[in-house]
Amino acid sequence: MTDAETHSARLSHSEPTHIEVRDSEPAVVLQGISKLFGRFAALHDLSVTLPAGRIYALLGENGAGKTTLLRIIAGLARPSRGTVRVLGGSDARAVSARIGYMAHATLLYDELTARENLDYFRGLYPAAQLASIEELLTMVGLEHVDLKRRVGQYSQGMKQRLALARAMLARPDLLLLDEPFSNVDSGSIAMMSTLLGTLRDRGATLIVVTHQLDAMARVADEWITLHAGTIVKRETSHNRLPLSASRGDER
Amino acid sequence: MNLARTVALHLRKDMRLEWRSKDAANSMLFFALLVVVVFAFAFDPVLEDSHNISGGIAWVALVFATIVALNQSWTRELRNGVLDALRLAPAPPNGLFLGKVIANFLFVTIVEIPMAVMFVVFYNLRVLGSVPQLALVVALGTWALVVNGTFFSALSIRTRNRELMLPLILLPISLPAILGMVVATENILRGDASPAFGIRLVAVYDIVFTTVSLLLFESVLGAE
Repeated sequence: MTDAETHSARLSHSEPTHIEVRDSEPAVVLQGISKLFGRFAALHDLSVTLPAGRIYALLGENGAGKTTLLRIIAGLARPSRGTVRVLGGSDARAVSARIGYMAHATLLYDELTARENLDYFRGLYPAAQLASIEELLTMVGLEHVDLKRRVGQYSQGMKQRLALARAMLARPDLLLLDEPFSNVDSGSIAMMSTLLGTLRDRGATLIVVTHQLDAMARVADEWITLHAGTIVKRETSHNRLPLSASRGDER
Repeated sequence: MNLARTVALHLRKDMRLEWRSKDAANSMLFFALLVVVVFAFAFDPVLEDSHNISGGIAWVALVFATIVALNQSWTRELRNGVLDALRLAPAPPNGLFLGKVIANFLFVTIVEIPMAVMFVVFYNLRVLGSVPQLALVVALGTWALVVNGTFFSALSIRTRNRELMLPLILLPISLPAILGMVVATENILRGDASPAFGIRLVAVYDIVFTTVSLLLFESVLGAE
């Protein structure tokens, strides 16, 4: 059994989460979104509706606007024009407890241990929806890590997995992941992509910005490609070309 | 969510981070002591005039030391983008603000103790007025500096020259409080006039600026 298979088996036996699936309600509706930084348009008149309970792989070259789009959906940035509806609401603050966000940076304190970090961030969310620290660490394959070590002493891959655990601590209905596989070894990538599939199967919606197409090939339901701030391609996994053929196209 | 619980959570985290890194305490302590020593050499401490201005010197040392510490206060939230995680969390933003203000108040108070000892040694000071009143002025004055400093430090956090921005904004706005602190402190040290006006001025200043900061902090935190 590979590490990923072992992890997958462990996940399937872990406590079921209770994510409410709202089939009728799209997870994200963006209409005519533009985002200007001075005179530079990071996003330009972008409209998209993303039904709930699916995994979306967000692709595009550097500077295409992927991170800006993710930050707008998360409520961390405001669009210069256009309307945003996330999880049925237009006020990001009102639904923030249902959104998990993992950025390029870890969003963790290096001076605190993994347990102290997770404990601290758990305290900022309503107690009823929280996952236990042990459950989170098992989900990201860090259950055997020395929890007394400060996060600053962890490897980049371990930090990345801990950052994913932090993003999942409130069992979010919408999980936004910005390059979750960077600096992560291949075994852990397989483990993480299995985890993303499991979360989707439990009803969560995931939007994953990535350049690692192989990692998403098994689990992504839809592939959305951005270029110069607009969506230039949207395809389901069924009608998408095999990975080897599509690689040149993405690049 | 419970505000008191959130305040305690942020306060505990800030105290723990400071205990491990000692970023603010070290820079604040050395800066304050340096100012006290330099002023002791600049003015002859045995002269009566030096006694008269020692209250002002103490507050000048403390104001600049506090600015040094407050610049660090939000910088640790910028490292690794933690501020984004705090902005996304549904906990009340005022809990973050109050937790940070109380943590900064404690750091500054801890630094005030060795500073007071240095003052007594270098300026041969004796408090001729009421010591509890002096403690009240120090507490109210420290709160005024810290509450404003924490707020304006958050406001300038995303500016390129934030180390410069903080004193530029903080010092003019804190002038009424600084005047009140200095007058009250000198009156108490000399024991020849009532410090009541200075104390009242700083107390009113504290109430007004704490309220305004709490009302505006959510907008400051949410700003891009």
